[in-house]
Amino acid sequence: MDWEYSAAPESSAIADIKDRYMPFIDGAFKEGGGEDRDTLNPGTGERLSTVSTVNSSDIDRAVKAARRAYENVWSNIPRTERGKYLFRIARAIAERSRELAVVETLDNGKPIKETRDFDVPATAQHFFYHAGWADKLQHLGLGPAPQPLGVAGQVIPWNFPLLMAAWKIAPALAAGNTVVIKPAETTPLSILVLAEIIADADLPPGVVNIVTGAGDVGSMLINHAGIDKVAFTGSTAVGRRIQRELAGTGRKITLELGGKGANIIFEDAAQDQAVEGIINGIFFNQGQVCCAGSRLLVQESIADEFIERLKQRVETLRVGDPMDKNTDVGAINSEAQLGRITALMNAGIAEGAELWSSSCPLPKNGYYLSPSIFTSATPSMRIAREEIFGPVLTTMTFRTPDEAVLKANNSPYGLSAGVWTEKGSRAMGMAAALRAGVIWDNTFNRFDPAASFGGYKESGFGREGGPSGLAAYLDTDDEAVAR
Amino acid sequence: MTTRELSPQATEQLPAHLVDATADESSLRRFLFGLPGVDPVGIEQRAAGLATRSIKRASKLAAIDMAISMVDLTTLEGADTPGKVRNLARKAMMPDPDYPETPRTAAICVYPDMVPTGISELKGSGVKVASVASAFPSGRSSLEIKLADTKIAVDGGADEIDMVIDRGAFLAGRYGTVFEQIVAIKQACGNARLKVILETGELATYDNVRRGSWLALLAGADFIKTSTGKISPAATLPVVHVMLQAVKDWKIETGEQRGVKPAGGIRTAKDAIRYLVAVNEIAGPEWLDPYYFRFGASSVLNDLIMQRRAQLDGHYSGADYVTAD
Amino acid sequence: MSHLAVSKTYKLFIAGAFPRSESGRTYQARDKKGDFMANAALASRKDLRDAVVAARKGYGAWSRATAYNRGQVIYRIAEMLEGRRSEFVELIMISTGASTNDSAAEVDAAIDRLVHYAGWTDKLAAVMGSANPVSSPYFSYSAPEPTGVVGIVAPSGSPLLGLISVIAPVIAGGNACVVIAADADPCVAITFAEVVATSDVPAGVINILTGRIPELAPHLAAHADVNALDLTGADAELRESLGQAAAETVKRVYVPRGVPDFIATPGTARLRAFLEIKTVWHPTGALSLSGGTS
Repeated sequence: MDWEYSAAPESSAIADIKDRYMPFIDGAFKEGGGEDRDTLNPGTGERLSTVSTVNSSDIDRAVKAARRAYENVWSNIPRTERGKYLFRIARAIAERSRELAVVETLDNGKPIKETRDFDVPATAQHFFYHAGWADKLQHLGLGPAPQPLGVAGQVIPWNFPLLMAAWKIAPALAAGNTVVIKPAETTPLSILVLAEIIADADLPPGVVNIVTGAGDVGSMLINHAGIDKVAFTGSTAVGRRIQRELAGTGRKITLELGGKGANIIFEDAAQDQAVEGIINGIFFNQGQVCCAGSRLLVQESIADEFIERLKQRVETLRVGDPMDKNTDVGAINSEAQLGRITALMNAGIAEGAELWSSSCPLPKNGYYLSPSIFTSATPSMRIAREEIFGPVLTTMTFRTPDEAVLKANNSPYGLSAGVWTEKGSRAMGMAAALRAGVIWDNTFNRFDPAASFGGYKESGFGREGGPSGLAAYLDTDDEAVAR
Repeated sequence: MTTRELSPQATEQLPAHLVDATADESSLRRFLFGLPGVDPVGIEQRAAGLATRSIKRASKLAAIDMAISMVDLTTLEGADTPGKVRNLARKAMMPDPDYPETPRTAAICVYPDMVPTGISELKGSGVKVASVASAFPSGRSSLEIKLADTKIAVDGGADEIDMVIDRGAFLAGRYGTVFEQIVAIKQACGNARLKVILETGELATYDNVRRGSWLALLAGADFIKTSTGKISPAATLPVVHVMLQAVKDWKIETGEQRGVKPAGGIRTAKDAIRYLVAVNEIAGPEWLDPYYFRFGASSVLNDLIMQRRAQLDGHYSGADYVTAD
Repeated sequence: MSHLAVSKTYKLFIAGAFPRSESGRTYQARDKKGDFMANAALASRKDLRDAVVAARKGYGAWSRATAYNRGQVIYRIAEMLEGRRSEFVELIMISTGASTNDSAAEVDAAIDRLVHYAGWTDKLAAVMGSANPVSSPYFSYSAPEPTGVVGIVAPSGSPLLGLISVIAPVIAGGNACVVIAADADPCVAITFAEVVATSDVPAGVINILTGRIPELAPHLAAHADVNALDLTGADAELRESLGQAAAETVKRVYVPRGVPDFIATPGTARLRAFLEIKTVWHPTGALSLSGGTS
């Protein structure tokens, strides 16, 4: 029998993609004063919709609306009521979950299996979790009445557009702030559907404002004098620039930046599950994840056989139409990103690493890349040091646990790491020794609103999720000031 | 410490390290404990992920037909009579009389004393007769009794023997005893193919399922089988994942292809197709063949037939349209 | 015949020892009246470099010690300071012109400050950490860890209490520090270094440099092996340029909201500023096979 999965496409009709989308400011969708931008479907390379973008006076308007809402409305609503708005939003996200999943897949290029089973449910859960905190801030250990910071200016990336919107909006609102948020220019749609949900939930106008546009809009927002708090998720290069620009302004900042996570496989690992974990670590979301397990550190005593096993498993991954429910690996978000990934891959080849790519067929149109593994890589190679942000794994070996720690920590990044061993004391010991904000033992890419997420070193500072994530949106400066 | 030998042809082909593993009980224990562990959370997630594979239209009909052709249609009740077994056999040969092109099942599975009834009813049909043996289902008796039990089935003409391992011995760490029994029963099988039931629900951990699988393969099992169907949990996707991985690794190491049979708890066509997806993706398409994969089940056949009709007719069928027996 | 005082040479405090500046430079420390007090070492960029190396090493040992042990060591500093109380009261009076009462109040507050932070070390994880009730089969916890090496620009106007108020929260969390003391009070700072040197504090955990803040601080801010900065003692213009330099390596930068009132009970902002929250996940699978999906 020739076993073929038929294409199992999810219907895109439910998404009801409009021809045109507009920014959401002060409770209304209105044309912005900036240039229109088309957004593409990376799965096909074709135009999906057009988005009106903002100019500086729109940003001014948005910040003013957020300030008015903060001072006149949101600060005066009882905290329990603030929470109830967030609960409403959480439920409505669950109700429109299929629609949101399809919109996200069409605009971002990630498989419908991921948006349906991870992105959208996690988004709803994030709002639900933070809703419950709104009237319990006094239990955070920050004093009896922690105060919000005011108006938050937030800039989010294209890799998890809807989920990143939730990670920014939910804690900010739960803590009592109002927000002006800018989605990435290649993925503006899902947050604008979220804006409909927010409006349907009767959230007071100005509490959440969505400004659309590219990097220049983000820069204007972050540097706007009316912003009290800046939250940015994106590349380390841009994060450095933001931190530099805001030095001396007194504005509070949190940064979630890049990473080069080490996935460490010991000789006593549960090997089949370790293979799954590596695959999840680097091919989930096409590897376009800040906390991707993009460096495989495998103990030398099992390396050859293990990598063979890994390659065989990678061969079974299905790359294709993101709307097909059987697709494991979808499209890269943009042509530009595809170019960046291949440039680094070429550097890897030039530096002498060995490239293996899956032989899976790729669709003719759209931006696709075969899952790839570099072996014979050394720590000095660019593919071992720089964030590729694509479905490309760089493999190195180690001999002892100490060497694994040394190699894993030997990076300016420090966002995530994975440890695979059946030995409990080693799992605990590695978790303590690894300098990264998130350590996954015998698993990878697990997220939950109750578990803080964020980086050490150049992966950024500040946390999202959990009590420490909330603290980022509250005034925690409790030092007495001299008169 | 006892030495044991594997059946002659197997020994010739096995690589040295596997032969060494069976030199004596402590070697066997060391080998089994040297196998990589299984992380329960990880494997359950992989199984759940594979279960979301979507099969549509043309593939689905092919999958249903394949699943039907892999069923070991089973009756293992104290109340079994010749009449019951005859009906079972007829159903195995012609699962859906209104659609005579429906594939026949791979086999029927009955108690040893029912084998002759099955053989005479199925003569010339191509449907095999499998019999349980070795003090099924508990496995709690002497080796003599277990061998005598097997002999009844083999003398009756059984094509396949589904034996149970001694779980008490396994859990007490007497892996050599478990091994010896399998070898002895394999010898008693003659030309009949041997399926070894691990009773995974009693082994209780995935690590034990992996060890039991390798132990049975080393001892000469033609099939490793999950359960007797008499206790819960019986077959589950993650357990079968472990077993599929074992036969795949066995083939990589020895060149020999052995079979897997989940039994018990497979009630719907959807369940069955999920197992086929697992076979395809974990072991490989070479295992999508009744010679290497079976379902130990009874009620699933009717659901497979009804789903088959739904594919062909374009509307859902009903229980009254398929034979209960 | 009256006894001629043996004047003290004030050197830098690096790696648990008291070296002179490698530049050989000094500057004159003067008391409140303008009279000469001592020749204090004028630290150079290279001294700072050595101090950072010492701090990185000290951080290794300090962060591996138990929280209990760190608490005991910080308490020991308080013990040693208490033992030299009258010396510090006199020194502060001379250096700043403070009255006996005010000076005594500062020294007592400084001792109490150390005791306060000694009691924090083994409570940080309970107060700032959590077991995370994740909705999937994992045990997850979050716990604070020290960020590493912290560069501190110490405040002026509070030579002992201010100095200790910026150092103690940093080391209580398990960090090591390189402190640029306010250039007006080198004698108090280095005398405090003597207290530290006799308190079982591992070498390199605290390093104190005397010299010009505008000259030294930029090197601290740009140094890629410094994880965080406390800019309490820098003025607004310097804070901005130091913050810009720090951005190159994404350092954590702490700037107090206003002029700190060091007498008041401390909050937790200075502790939190130099702690990283690490989240760990581990499967807690079924002990037996699941009843499972088939």
